[in-house]
Amino acid sequence: MLSKRIIPCLDVKDGRTVKGVNFVDLRDAGDAVELAAYYAEQGADELVFLDITATHEKRKTLVELVQKVAKELNIPFTVGGGISTPEDVGVLLNAGADKVSINSSAVRNPKLISDLASRFGSQCVVVAVDARFADGKWEVYLNGGRLATGIDLFDWILEAERLGAGEILFTSMNHDGTKNGFANETLAKLSEMINIPIIASGGAGNMEHFADTFTEGKADAALAASVFHFKEIEIPNLKNYLKSKNIPVRI
Amino acid sequence: MKNQKIVIIDYDAGNIQSVKYAFERLGITPVVSNDEEVIRSADKVIFPGVGEAAWAMNSLRKNGLDQLIPQLTQPVLGICLGMQLMCESSEESDTKGLGIFPLKVKRFTNERKVPHMGWNQLEKLKGSLFKGVSEMEFVYFVHSYYVPCAEETVASCNYILNFSASLQKDNFYACQFHPEKSGSVGVKILENFVNL
Repeated sequence: MLSKRIIPCLDVKDGRTVKGVNFVDLRDAGDAVELAAYYAEQGADELVFLDITATHEKRKTLVELVQKVAKELNIPFTVGGGISTPEDVGVLLNAGADKVSINSSAVRNPKLISDLASRFGSQCVVVAVDARFADGKWEVYLNGGRLATGIDLFDWILEAERLGAGEILFTSMNHDGTKNGFANETLAKLSEMINIPIIASGGAGNMEHFADTFTEGKADAALAASVFHFKEIEIPNLKNYLKSKNIPVRI
Repeated sequence: MKNQKIVIIDYDAGNIQSVKYAFERLGITPVVSNDEEVIRSADKVIFPGVGEAAWAMNSLRKNGLDQLIPQLTQPVLGICLGMQLMCESSEESDTKGLGIFPLKVKRFTNERKVPHMGWNQLEKLKGSLFKGVSEMEFVYFVHSYYVPCAEETVASCNYILNFSASLQKDNFYACQFHPEKSGSVGVKILENFVNL
């Protein structure tokens, strides 16, 4: 049976992981490659690397990182952050990334999705969407949640699918950081509306939240950062728990 | 095993780095080439592929690789789109394939999400590629088209229906999944291929 995927997300800056990471058993928790290998070993199904490097020239370190990760890892991984042209994507895929995630650049230029899909295939195009629920509607935000667009979440996701997105990574800004669970009602609506996989993001606090997002939220995969980085949840425990709830996972 | 010449066919169809790195992790440095002589001289040939079928076939034709591949006599391993191109035809853009496997590639119906993306289980394992691999082990798939189960099927998988996860005929082997991205199970399968 196709399993539900557990995806740790690593924020990287200048080739190193950021955010407090509490790993006593790693020599260097800031070493993105070592951390990635640790998660793969623990049973992560995929990894997402989000590059938060601001300057263009530092992007080279990202390509080097992708190369190192691809050499080391034998599970799929996605790279996101600051990607705005097919050339950017070509460089990352050639370095060994399996998929790229695009966010603000796709909203600003939706044709980017179809350009990437026709050149590299839909399977490597993840469209990441940050949205906030307010005044009775879900609105898409850009620039890491700092810029409101006036665009309706459901309209945008349908458009992204139509243009050739292979997967949707949906982050609810209302839930992100709360540790109160994922935006399951909305996820379920989105999941039923589209025919491509959807990754739930934002709100993971305990193992039950993962079970809920797979059952109530009908998500195909769940992404989290801090609960994994601070070892509040360990992946082998999480997978055993999900299995005990009859949720198909790879163990 | 480590001094074998493994050639990965390079025909500009998607990311072949991951496949190359997977062999490097096994201690083998593969050669990446589209040169007929280099490919013919290999001990083993890898035929990868990610992308669109018609486009990839055109790319093979440009290099005469469509003629070469079916004539190869050493073990050949097709991966993902590589496996689909080794079949007779594909519903994807009505593409004529290499005809190594007398099978037709079909598109998944939209009963469930397409592409079939993620980790799924191998069943009904047969043959040398799966030596030491247990039934129901998970491997990583990403595809929208599938090869129905047939006589050449040496592993199957279920998504919407039972389909071929792996094919074998004579010296030709093929995986619909990505062994290079399938954790330790994938490593085992690649090792088995190298040890043929």
